[in-house]
Amino acid sequence: MIDVFIIGTGMTPFGELWDRSLRDLYVEAALAAIDDAAVDRLDSMYVGCMTSGLFVGQEHIGALMADYLGRAPIPATRVESACASGGIAVRQAYLEIASGASEVVLAGGVEKMNDGADVTAALAAASDQEYEAYQGITFPGLYALIARAHMHRYGTTSEQLARVAVKNHRHGALNPKAQFQYEITIDQVLNSTQVADPLRLLDCSPVTDGAAAVILASAEVAGKLKGHPAVKITASAQASDTFALHNRQDLTHLGAVQRAGELAFVQAGRTMEDIDVVELHDCFTIAELCAMEALGIAEPGKAAALVETGETTLGGRLPINTSGGLKAKGHPVGASGVAQIVELTTQLRGTAGKRQVEGARLALAQNMGGTGASCTVHILEGAA
Amino acid sequence: MKSAQYIREVPQRYRLEAGKCTGCGKLHFPPRLVCDGCGSREFKAATLPRQGTLVTWTVIHAAPPQFSLETPYVVGIVELDGGVRLTCQVADCDPEELAVDAPVELVFRRIKEDNAADIIQYGYKAVLRRE
Repeated sequence: MIDVFIIGTGMTPFGELWDRSLRDLYVEAALAAIDDAAVDRLDSMYVGCMTSGLFVGQEHIGALMADYLGRAPIPATRVESACASGGIAVRQAYLEIASGASEVVLAGGVEKMNDGADVTAALAAASDQEYEAYQGITFPGLYALIARAHMHRYGTTSEQLARVAVKNHRHGALNPKAQFQYEITIDQVLNSTQVADPLRLLDCSPVTDGAAAVILASAEVAGKLKGHPAVKITASAQASDTFALHNRQDLTHLGAVQRAGELAFVQAGRTMEDIDVVELHDCFTIAELCAMEALGIAEPGKAAALVETGETTLGGRLPINTSGGLKAKGHPVGASGVAQIVELTTQLRGTAGKRQVEGARLALAQNMGGTGASCTVHILEGAA
Repeated sequence: MKSAQYIREVPQRYRLEAGKCTGCGKLHFPPRLVCDGCGSREFKAATLPRQGTLVTWTVIHAAPPQFSLETPYVVGIVELDGGVRLTCQVADCDPEELAVDAPVELVFRRIKEDNAADIIQYGYKAVLRRE
């Protein structure tokens, strides 16, 4: 396998971007990544997107983006795995270079969620339409089922869930691209509107427009560039789990996350102890806790207590979601997995400004689709 | 949902028809073509029991359009006797009454109306067993 490096990153602001279309968003992020990489060559490109068909009625968006990026006739492939679409776009680009088939590949993710479609119904398409969504369950509802199971099994409280949102908003307040650049309090979370008991509005990531992109290159191409400190992808792993939540014997355990994490650590020759900064898929507050436990950041049932110590807050031993996470940065579903890689690359380059993790050298990103039926884990390594 | 799809799912929604793997005995609901337990492709038809217990639940306050007139409503995961789990609404209850492991049974109910297809859609919901 050929070593793969991240040579460029770009992203749009995340938020309600009424003046930008689906294609505008993708192209804006891609152009920023191309400019950042300072290479003109592109051998192929990927578009991670969950459901442009339901959100804006547009499919076939690989070719659409290649055209509007001015890059036809290069191969352009759309990948979909619900909210893990972005992570899998990065992984496909990684594999294409690692295999030797290409030298420079664009991996972008995009979602345009605020164009009038019913967001709850569109997102429900990532669950089992016939045996989950049919019954009236929603995505916040599915994670609420997990949250109640976690509370019953481990005694986790609503206040502990709220602390995840408070932490991620604290980080988001430092991110000029975040949808919510302000802090919130535990009381605000606990008194916010009920969405799916026990989850409230401020336990949930928002509805977001946005795109993020990275340019990946072989060691040979990356070695000739002089711009940024090198950031190498030392692991790119993926796994799957039962599609319907109800088929998991332990509803609090994210099996695909654990599996992808184990594969990634073997690939990178590292352990969780080596990691300096992490981006986790906190689509709901409970998801961050379950992902921490599946990756071995905390023992099962102990993640909430670790969040309470402040160790996962910026300045702590292992900052999680310095970008603000999906909660505060925003969650344009197909873009989130790529945006995680953008944030970690920024951290490893040492250019994260007020939210910089001092001396960060190793970083881990975990991105998942549905209730964890698909998951990617990437490990990135910066220059010594 | 078009009528062809709806009719295809009637055996599961109305009668809880499952598939029992002849290789390892695992019950699959809905039926599958290959067993994820042992890889067998041979199944016998089986009907699930209607009694079970509540594993977890949520109260939906923000619903998709087809359910928006029903909020708040309860959706839970039920484990039926014999081990099969499924997701369904828990009807006719005050959420305060609910508890993990509460005994429930599945009943035949109207689930929603699909105005586009002009079909009233039925299926199973759970109710508490209050004996």
